Amino acid sequence: MNPLSRRKLISTGLATAAGAAGLATAARLADHAGLMPPPQGGFYTPGDSLTYAAQRLLTRHTLAREFRRDQISPKPFPNPTSPKSDEYKRLEAGSFTDWRLTVEGLVERPMTFSLADLKSLPARSNITSLVCEEGWSYIAEWTGVPLSLVLERVGALPQARYVAYYSIQQGWDGSIDMDDALHPQTLITHTFNGADLPYGHGGPLRMRVPRQLGYKSVKFINHIRVVDHLKPAEVAGDYSWYAGI
Amino acid sequence: MADSAVSPTLRHPAFVRVTHWVTVLAFAALVLSGVEILISHPRFYWGDTGHSGMPALFQLPIPASRGHVPTGFKTVLPDQNGWSRSLHFEAAWLVVFAGVVYGFVGLASRHFQRQLVPAAADLRGSALSRALLAHLRFAKPEADYNVLQRLAYLSVIFVAFPLMIWTGLAMSPAIVSLFPSAMAVFGGHQSARTLHFFGFGLLMLFLVAHVAMVIRAGFRQRVVAMITGVR
Repeated sequence: MNPLSRRKLISTGLATAAGAAGLATAARLADHAGLMPPPQGGFYTPGDSLTYAAQRLLTRHTLAREFRRDQISPKPFPNPTSPKSDEYKRLEAGSFTDWRLTVEGLVERPMTFSLADLKSLPARSNITSLVCEEGWSYIAEWTGVPLSLVLERVGALPQARYVAYYSIQQGWDGSIDMDDALHPQTLITHTFNGADLPYGHGGPLRMRVPRQLGYKSVKFINHIRVVDHLKPAEVAGDYSWYAGI
Repeated sequence: MADSAVSPTLRHPAFVRVTHWVTVLAFAALVLSGVEILISHPRFYWGDTGHSGMPALFQLPIPASRGHVPTGFKTVLPDQNGWSRSLHFEAAWLVVFAGVVYGFVGLASRHFQRQLVPAAADLRGSALSRALLAHLRFAKPEADYNVLQRLAYLSVIFVAFPLMIWTGLAMSPAIVSLFPSAMAVFGGHQSARTLHFFGFGLLMLFLVAHVAMVIRAGFRQRVVAMITGVR
């Protein structure tokens, strides 16, 4: 080996080490600034992290596009769901008067809301597009309680970083960061195009996160947990945790 | 050796070679993952909305990976959207990085002016038709980029790729929340998706023509030139 190539080898090695250290520092700084998604791990971490960081830098306070009333889809498409569980059928038979939404975790006052409780809270509406990761979309008017208002009622603690929400249908859940949780368009919806939210669209209660794709708008929610970290199983999965794109 | 000694400017510069192969890798991943995403809903629409309960603008004669899509096929293909979407965006980042490096170095080194922008004389009707006729007769490509080649490269680099990124981002609800009008310019989410698909078609046409011309010009020599730089 001649001296030139040895020098080249050493400088390449040093550059690689410096690059790796630089990347690690950048990742720590980004995490500190709230620009890193919860660790999902694996081959797609660089792409998913870049997307999340870029969109968090650019869209922290932006509003999802809202449409005019005459742009509402005449026949909004209910994405097929798994069959109704026995518990769901029992609650449906009682007109959902026994449906409960439990909110707990890093909060001062864990609370449980009935549908009537939620409907008595100040409601917000938005006419937004539900975009499925498959490529289809429709526009509807969604009405419900802002998640931020519920988080205020229960007194979410300052160390809260994510809000996780769970469906009555086993295995359906979702989670969002506090930017989306406190976002004014993020609603716990109970009303769809002016009527009770139907089963096909996630009734009686659906989390609606209009700046992310449809799979973050989890149907049939009955449980919300405020947390400072997510369990690996809540982050991992077939689909990217962050779905702003 | 004689070639490069005589005309060192004819070598592919290192930044072209590196960004070319990075783009090849990313493009392959984008095509593979894009097709996988596409088969979850191989129907196209125009405007803001479109779904299985609506008539399609057109649809591809293939089965879908979702049962609710009215394809006319009984087969439902396996759902591959999870990794496909992640791979698609990771590869898109790679293309963006390659494109930024290529754009900056290309401008700073005057590569675009020297190698890609055609001479004014070559853009006259007679010169263009001469080049077109030579091309249609499968004349062996010259050492220097001819006018058609320059126009093809320029339109792929500065029109097709940016439009693919733009129409792609126009499908992101978060990006639409940032630039509503820049995204609505296509006519809505579904229009952007349909244009993204047409852009894919155009890039595939370019790929076929590009590889065909490389083969015509001497595949081995051209590929080695794009790796080592020696033309």
